[in-house]
Amino acid sequence: MNKVQNNKAWFFILPVIFLVAFNAVIPLMTVVNYAFQETFNNNIFTWQGTKWFENILRSERFYAAFGRQLLFTFIILLIQIPLGVFIALSMPKKGFGVSICLVLMSMPLLIPWNVVGAMWNIFALPRIGFLGHYLALLGFDYNFTQSIYAAWFTVILMDVWHWTSLVVLLCYAGLCAIPDPFYQAAKIDGASRWAVFKYIELPKMKKVLTIAILLRFMDSFMIYTEPFVLTGGGPGNATAFLSIDLVKMALGQFDLGNAAAMSLVYFLIVLLLSWIFYSVVMKGEDK
Amino acid sequence: MANIKLENINHSYSLKTENNSWAVKNINLEWADGGAYALLGPSGCGKTTLLNIISGLITPTQGVIKFNDLDISNKLTIERDIGQIFQFPVIYDTMTVYENLAFPLKNKKFEEGFIKKQVQKISEILDLGSILNNNAKNLTVDQKQKISLGRGLVRPKVNALLFDEPLTVIDPHLKWLLKSKLKELQKQFNTTMIYVTHDQTEALTFADKVVVMHEGEVVQSGTPTELFEKPNHLFVGHFIGSPGINILPCEIKENSAFFLDYEIKKNVNIKSIKDKNIKIGIRPEFIHFSEIGIPVDIISVRYLGKCKIVDVVIRNINLKLVLNDQTHVPEKKAHIKFSEKYTYLYSNNYLVN
Amino acid sequence: MKFKWIIPTLYIIFLMLPIYWLLNMSFKTTNEIINTFSLWPINFTFENYIKIFTDSTWYMGYFNSLAYVLLNTILSVTAALPAAYAFSRYKFVGDKHLFFWLLTNRMAPPAVFALPFFQLYSSINLFDTHIAVALAHCLFNIPLAVWILEGFISAVPKELDETAYIDGYSFPRFFIKIFIPTITAGIGIACFFCFMFSWVELLLAKTLTSVEAKPIAATMTRTASTAGYELGLLAAAGSLTILPGAFVIYFVRNYIAKGFALGRV
Repeated sequence: MNKVQNNKAWFFILPVIFLVAFNAVIPLMTVVNYAFQETFNNNIFTWQGTKWFENILRSERFYAAFGRQLLFTFIILLIQIPLGVFIALSMPKKGFGVSICLVLMSMPLLIPWNVVGAMWNIFALPRIGFLGHYLALLGFDYNFTQSIYAAWFTVILMDVWHWTSLVVLLCYAGLCAIPDPFYQAAKIDGASRWAVFKYIELPKMKKVLTIAILLRFMDSFMIYTEPFVLTGGGPGNATAFLSIDLVKMALGQFDLGNAAAMSLVYFLIVLLLSWIFYSVVMKGEDK
Repeated sequence: MANIKLENINHSYSLKTENNSWAVKNINLEWADGGAYALLGPSGCGKTTLLNIISGLITPTQGVIKFNDLDISNKLTIERDIGQIFQFPVIYDTMTVYENLAFPLKNKKFEEGFIKKQVQKISEILDLGSILNNNAKNLTVDQKQKISLGRGLVRPKVNALLFDEPLTVIDPHLKWLLKSKLKELQKQFNTTMIYVTHDQTEALTFADKVVVMHEGEVVQSGTPTELFEKPNHLFVGHFIGSPGINILPCEIKENSAFFLDYEIKKNVNIKSIKDKNIKIGIRPEFIHFSEIGIPVDIISVRYLGKCKIVDVVIRNINLKLVLNDQTHVPEKKAHIKFSEKYTYLYSNNYLVN
Repeated sequence: MKFKWIIPTLYIIFLMLPIYWLLNMSFKTTNEIINTFSLWPINFTFENYIKIFTDSTWYMGYFNSLAYVLLNTILSVTAALPAAYAFSRYKFVGDKHLFFWLLTNRMAPPAVFALPFFQLYSSINLFDTHIAVALAHCLFNIPLAVWILEGFISAVPKELDETAYIDGYSFPRFFIKIFIPTITAGIGIACFFCFMFSWVELLLAKTLTSVEAKPIAATMTRTASTAGYELGLLAAAGSLTILPGAFVIYFVRNYIAKGFALGRV
């Protein structure tokens, strides 16, 4: 669409800019303030330069949390994306099944995040929870409050439960947008099921998949509430992902300087990775 | 290559097979090997359904399909060796033009050398030779449509090529080029081609034989001349020709057919017409001015290059005449006469013999 | 391919299991929960639900949540509409950077902002009000709403605008009388997503409230930690938080797939 050059359009954007800037810029400035200065009460600040950043970038604690975060994000992307595509492919295209699938599959997305955590806590409790009970019956020594592996297993299963539907819905929408003749032509050309997926469905889903991966990457990188309610970051620090560690540092230990510096580093990492991913995909698109 | 026969085909999209839910009904057709056919009809008349039944994309509720007298009703699409070209060009985005054309052959596991030869040959015929290594995604619509066509032609054995309104999205000035290309290919390959369209000009210029469909049924099948000169059904008369046939009230008295008080056809066999719903059908091309005959008032004259269309009226009934541009048109009042040979009687929309 | 339906069915069963367990727990007494394992309540009780509907700290939690969620939805979509129109129809200085800047706000980890938010809203005396949470949630909901609406608006041919001007409509009248009705589906989808993300978010909502505007989800966590392990009550409250979502989904089910297909995606 040809757009008209019109700088008055800025007036249309003003409310949005005002609302977002109010919420984004002022808090960000506060964080920057804390990141470069030291304060003992609210009014006296002393300039600290990059001290906090050096602290953070040298601390093992940050790298440990960052490592856990990367591993977690990597694992859930590895599970959710293929699983989401697979489920979307096997969903009905018409009939009453569509509505049932859409409504039921969207449900986890609309449950408050701490309820998700609480729900999985109740679900996975050893002995009295459904999952805990049956895993014990099957002979697993399962206790997510004590074992690191059990805790990771539970957190990942919870995230798969919570977010795979988003990938399914996006992919399903992408699949629905493919016109019938593509499938008919493939039939006439004698394409195998795999070829239909590789040459028709996957290329047509590329855009939605990019969005799905980007959203899942960003959101999983910022995950806080669900694991906080489920495991509280434990046992030990085993499931203390970046946000959890950050809040612990800022509110628990009131270490504002380090926490603020870490926030900024963290924010920049998310921004950078999203931008790299986005531009790589979009570059491939242009060719 | 094959002779295609459809026997008693009925198809319904819903599970209940009540009378009014048939998408196509009572289809009995035979398409000779190497012929150029058109399936003509308005949208929703069942022509695309019929096409998909031939290619096996739809299994008909009832009926038998034969290729060369062999029942292939239960065969899969791919076993039927059919090429089909859709309204919108279907190409595989991620492949080059070459890979697109080679795709059906690769799926059939032909040797690489043979595929190369075959693709080379087809791309030359379709003028795609120079862009074989381009990505198919960024081509123009007509080039894409040629690729879809190429994927049908590339096979060493094609029983029939089916076209589903293939020129809909093509620019008008390219339409003509592509249409002549199709006609040329038809002669060169001598393949049975079935061309579905709602455009009478496309159908009549492409095909040797046109099948007209209306509400799921075949109402007439014949050469363009037959459809024009002797429409079997009032719908054919109305749909083919521009303007369509004049449909007039009719009265039968003692072996003769009357329009108002004027006798227009003698020796009508009354016994065969028991139904009262009888209409006269006469094409505007077969009405002339004359000294004596039916008195009419002239409403308007429109000039269309080589011919003119005259609107006349008699007792609130409007008629159209098509005359060549040399013919003198009287002012205001005149008399008209119908050519008896081309005046037909229709009972319940069907021609009375 | 006959058994294709098994895959979505299995997946849905997996999704429903924890929800079923939550419901199951919510109808049990605390005593039963701790001492026995059973797939359905043996001493079926409404006690937990009765407690929630009679205790004002509980039911006001629902009211508070719904209040700021609705406020935020209206605020976000109203502000996003003209902005999305501008991004879709006009070129102007800094448009691309602005769009990207808006999107980056979706990438800001809310945990980073928790403390500054607390200070900011305290300093303007909005702490512990519905409007504070509604405003704070604009941070991530406005970019989303702009993004969704821009997609829908770009799908509307520009000729519509031009025809309206030729017919003598003023801009505001055209926008309200003609334009908004043509993109109702898009507005519906945007509202749905704003509702959803505001309803499920807790970190900021919890940070910005203490008593007067405390959301239901926060009531739950605090109860869980102070009143010991009242699992039955927690389960009942949790079950009730699923309801508004399920309700909203049911109404927009036909728009969801269409919205994804028509909108940005």
